[in-house]
Amino acid sequence: MEVTTRLTSEHSIKLFIQRDYSEGTAVKFQERFPAELEGKIDRGKFVDIIRHVNSIYAEAESLSCKAFMENCCACLTGYLLLLCMPTHYEKCVRRAAQYISEENDRTLTQNGIFMIDPMEKGLRCIEVCISSNR
Amino acid sequence: MVKKWELIESKNRFYCDGRCLSGHDIGVFILAIVLISITSGLFFAFDCPYLTIRLSPAIPVFAAILFLCVICFIFRTACSDPGILPRGTSDEILYLERSNVTNSPHGVALPGRTIEVQMHTGHVLQLKFCSTCKVFRPPRVSHCSLCDACIANFDHHCPWVGNCVGLRNYRYFYSFLFSLSILCLYILSFNITNLVLRSQDKPSFIDAIRDTPATIVEAIICFFSIWSIGGLCGYHTYLICRSITTNEDIKHTWNSSRHGVTVKNPFSKGNGCVNCFSTLCGPLPPSFLNLRATVKADDHINRVKNEPMSTTNIEPIIQYQPEDNRRQNNNRMHSTTIHPYSDQKQNRRTPRDYI
Repeated sequence: MEVTTRLTSEHSIKLFIQRDYSEGTAVKFQERFPAELEGKIDRGKFVDIIRHVNSIYAEAESLSCKAFMENCCACLTGYLLLLCMPTHYEKCVRRAAQYISEENDRTLTQNGIFMIDPMEKGLRCIEVCISSNR
Repeated sequence: MVKKWELIESKNRFYCDGRCLSGHDIGVFILAIVLISITSGLFFAFDCPYLTIRLSPAIPVFAAILFLCVICFIFRTACSDPGILPRGTSDEILYLERSNVTNSPHGVALPGRTIEVQMHTGHVLQLKFCSTCKVFRPPRVSHCSLCDACIANFDHHCPWVGNCVGLRNYRYFYSFLFSLSILCLYILSFNITNLVLRSQDKPSFIDAIRDTPATIVEAIICFFSIWSIGGLCGYHTYLICRSITTNEDIKHTWNSSRHGVTVKNPFSKGNGCVNCFSTLCGPLPPSFLNLRATVKADDHINRVKNEPMSTTNIEPIIQYQPEDNRRQNNNRMHSTTIHPYSDQKQNRRTPRDYI
């Protein structure tokens, strides 16, 4: 926690990794390395994290048999089933949030970077905070 | 304890501590519920007893199932989050101001800038800035002036359900239309059956009508509503098969020819059945708002209402933003020394509630 206490707002720069709409409206974030992070973290490592987040969301958006069955069952119960059961998409969203928080603990906070779950921004962008005093 | 839904700036109404939401004006929605209930009630009270004895007890049972489905679907449509996008925070606007994500020169104020996206299908989409929500609208997102919010996959604002129809409640809306048109047809056909059977027992058709005046009332309501409901249902079936929204159809987004080339819908999967399948049975994203999360005093959420952005002049934005930031920072310095995101982290681990 000692590292993170220094990461207060007045010392931090925020950057927002935007969505990549080139393949349609499916959730995908831009897999390019932002210039602001140059020298703070290994380029490949950071892109790998984004790529993994993208793969989790790609799985959530895929037209699988499971999602189809889930929605058919929900429709037959007048969508009341969705009130008591998390959907495949929700599980994926939770997994992505957990993955990001694990990566924060494992690699990012050591380098003075903190990544925020994109769900906080309505899947429009991933917010990344950099502490500038490092 | 302030919950997140209390700070949402759109014109939606929230119920049950943020579990449900609806549009601002729900008068027509209540009228729709009353109309459906009265027609079905009359059917159960005046037609069903006779039809049960004369034909089969399955008739009221099936009607009851249909009626419950309709009510279920209309409430799901009206009370779900249609896919409201959370508004941009001041940090985000500041970042967008400085960065070169847009294709426009730096001198232009944010509301005038656009982002051009080259799709792999060859289409070029233009993302415009929403000056109310302070975000660049993703493709297919449109701002609903009645709800004062940007809605993902915006279809239309339906007064009958008192809510926007968008990404998250389109399938409920379609199910509602489909089940309602079946209910209408069902009631109308059994009204006619009822009258025909009664006129066989009675000397004349007029006597049969005199026996059950309610049947005629129901038949008239159903006869007039079936055309609009059935037509709307058919129209939406057509839209689903082509994978376009009502909003895009009205604006002829994918029909107009630009620069002499006809623009095809890039979001269509090519096949009507696959489009149907992906719209109605595809994955359903959770609500983006996380309405029931508790907001801490020094959370990053902007409690201060953003000033309306000027569309022509950049000066007010620049003067306003740093002030806003300083105020937030002061808050943090006085109130706490711990890491500002530590409570967010805990926040995120609490289970999300989805509408």
